[in-house]
Amino acid sequence: MQYTLLILVLPLLSFIVLGLVDSKWKPKVAGTIGTVVLGIITALSYFTAWEYFTTAKIDGVYQKIIPMHMEWVRFTEFLHIDLGILLDPISVMMLVVITTISFLVNFYSLSYMHGEKGFQRYYAFLSLFTFSMLGLVVATNIFQMYIFWELVGVSSFLLIGFYYTKPSAVAAAKKAFIVTRFADLFFLIGILILSFYTKTFDFGALTAEHPTVFAGAAGATFMGYGVISWAMAGIFIGGAGKSAMFPLQIWLPDAMEGPTPVSALIHAATMVVAGVFLVARFFPVYYFQTPEVLHGVAYIGAFTALFAAVIACVQTDIKRVLAFSTISQIAFMMVALGVSGYEGHEGTGYMASMFHLFTHAMFKALLFLGAGSVIHAVHSNEIKDMGGLRKYMPITNWTFLIACLAIAGIPPFSGFFSKDEILSASYEFSPYIGGLMTFVAALTAFYMFRLYYSIFWGKDYTIKAAAHGHDDHGHGHTPHESPFAMSFPLIFLAVVTVLIGIVHLIPGLPHFGEFVSSTGADYHIQIDPTVAIMSVVIASISILIATLMYRKPTATPDKLAKTFSGLYKGASNRFYLDEVYLFITKKIIFNNISRPLAWFDRHVIDATMDGFASTTNWVSFKIRKFQSGQVQQYAYVFLLGTLIIALLVIFVK
Amino acid sequence: MELYLGVSLIMFFAGVYGFLSRKSMLMILISIELMLNAADINFVVFNRYLYPGHLEGFYFTLFTIAIAACETAVAIAIIINIYRNLTSVEVGNLDQMKE
Repeated sequence: MQYTLLILVLPLLSFIVLGLVDSKWKPKVAGTIGTVVLGIITALSYFTAWEYFTTAKIDGVYQKIIPMHMEWVRFTEFLHIDLGILLDPISVMMLVVITTISFLVNFYSLSYMHGEKGFQRYYAFLSLFTFSMLGLVVATNIFQMYIFWELVGVSSFLLIGFYYTKPSAVAAAKKAFIVTRFADLFFLIGILILSFYTKTFDFGALTAEHPTVFAGAAGATFMGYGVISWAMAGIFIGGAGKSAMFPLQIWLPDAMEGPTPVSALIHAATMVVAGVFLVARFFPVYYFQTPEVLHGVAYIGAFTALFAAVIACVQTDIKRVLAFSTISQIAFMMVALGVSGYEGHEGTGYMASMFHLFTHAMFKALLFLGAGSVIHAVHSNEIKDMGGLRKYMPITNWTFLIACLAIAGIPPFSGFFSKDEILSASYEFSPYIGGLMTFVAALTAFYMFRLYYSIFWGKDYTIKAAAHGHDDHGHGHTPHESPFAMSFPLIFLAVVTVLIGIVHLIPGLPHFGEFVSSTGADYHIQIDPTVAIMSVVIASISILIATLMYRKPTATPDKLAKTFSGLYKGASNRFYLDEVYLFITKKIIFNNISRPLAWFDRHVIDATMDGFASTTNWVSFKIRKFQSGQVQQYAYVFLLGTLIIALLVIFVK
Repeated sequence: MELYLGVSLIMFFAGVYGFLSRKSMLMILISIELMLNAADINFVVFNRYLYPGHLEGFYFTLFTIAIAACETAVAIAIIINIYRNLTSVEVGNLDQMKE
């Protein structure tokens, strides 16, 4: 399966070509190149998935395949950095998810980004992102993963800051980069500790069923916990940074400053699940070596899920609602991993997490692209500018509704099955976590339908002629359905969302658990009737409440906001967490650490360097007179010098 | 031999003195010629007295004279150019590479 290398190389080439030609080619050419390349690698990864899932099964267990492997840098016998491609069920699944969404987003952007300045640059960055994300998921060792991890961070930074003339976009890009980079520092420390004790970077050795590499770490502890626990906790913090777990979630809502298709691709479907993927990749290590860290993952996930869901209920910017919903859903996946066991039925959580990752990527991308379509039509992100759009945008309306039903967990849509598995895994772990997750699922249904009704129902759309001064590309004053390039991805994703659900309803068709599970063996998805019925009932009740409150403009939301004004204010200000961060960084870190350092830099280090410079300058001015330009004077000095040397030679032996 | 060397010594230092004290470039050029000729005399004298059977010193002298002629030609060409530009051949005025 050597051809899998092409999946990596093609987007890289596309990035280099598009990046080099920049604006020399017509935007259309650049967009076509990007989209066609993505189309090719999407086809390639479907083929890879087909070949892998039909041939790689030995004794009922999917084997790991390494079609490409090379040593990149070799320091010592143990310390060498390899590059390669590792195919196993989760990486193949990620290949499919990433290339599909990426292709659809490329296609969608042809229309959405039409006429934007820097269109070619946009496509170059999209290719770079796709390349690095694919490199991340197929990494054979943790160091390769780290390299691509950082590349993903960079491309995310570049794309958030795509509108670099907007100060808020620049600030958001910096924030995203700094927060994730800060988390990556812990990731790096984790990697270093882990590989120092295990003498390997290789996933194969680390995640083997009976690993021998941890022998060296036995008994080594630090502050009461084993060193491996610290290492794995550090690695999890890295993952939490990318996946926006509490308290590192502050960058993701701001990252919505980027173009909407980018939000769909990076900040909803692919990059933000890198943390989940990381934990899943290391799952055997977490489970066998450091179960306490794994439980920590579950608790952090559960808290984040609740926290983000509460905030999502009161946000008024549609992209921000979706951003908090993303955080909450990723937290679901983290919880599922945290509560998972390893083999057989115990491994529900792992399977559920990957399943939810898969279905969530599809419907969340759908939601974001739908939101992009709405924003494209009404030129605003705010809920209050929308309402009653269902008459104008039927396709967006229906696909958005499907996605909302899926995320709310209503059968037969895909989200129902994955969320149900997560819930039953949580109940098995602890009834408290299970109950909490059910509550969060109810909140999810509520805020998604609040969003849905506010956009497509509610008050009739009022046309604001004054606000539409920029109807330069043919928009009428009434919002209308988006062009084919934008509606096709919506329809495609909606069909996928429905199909995945239906496939799991019918016995006999291949289920997700047959492809991806913690051990590689078949996992039979069983719907737990109590959990399923309860979650569906609760979700339906939430939807009903949302319908009553938001379908027609009513006074209830305002009344509720007044009754719980403390909670409402806190949630709409995101519980002041950004302010806390600002306080810590600006007041404490800047004043106590950065300013003294800056003073030291300016007054000691710079002063020393300035001293060298000014001394040289001073000396030069003093000796300038020697260079008078008078040849005879030079000759005179020369003669004197010669005489002195001659005398020295003669008289001083 | 000492007499010959004495002559060349006087010639050489006359050249050095001229080189340092004269203002006109032509005089400086002549001083340089004096020093060169002093060196030539030394070549010949040393060859004649120390290695009587050999001819290297004489040949060196011939070469030096040829080179001195070339050098003088070049130097005079330069001096003429300077004179055209500055209307003087005073070496004290020449303290800049460009005007």
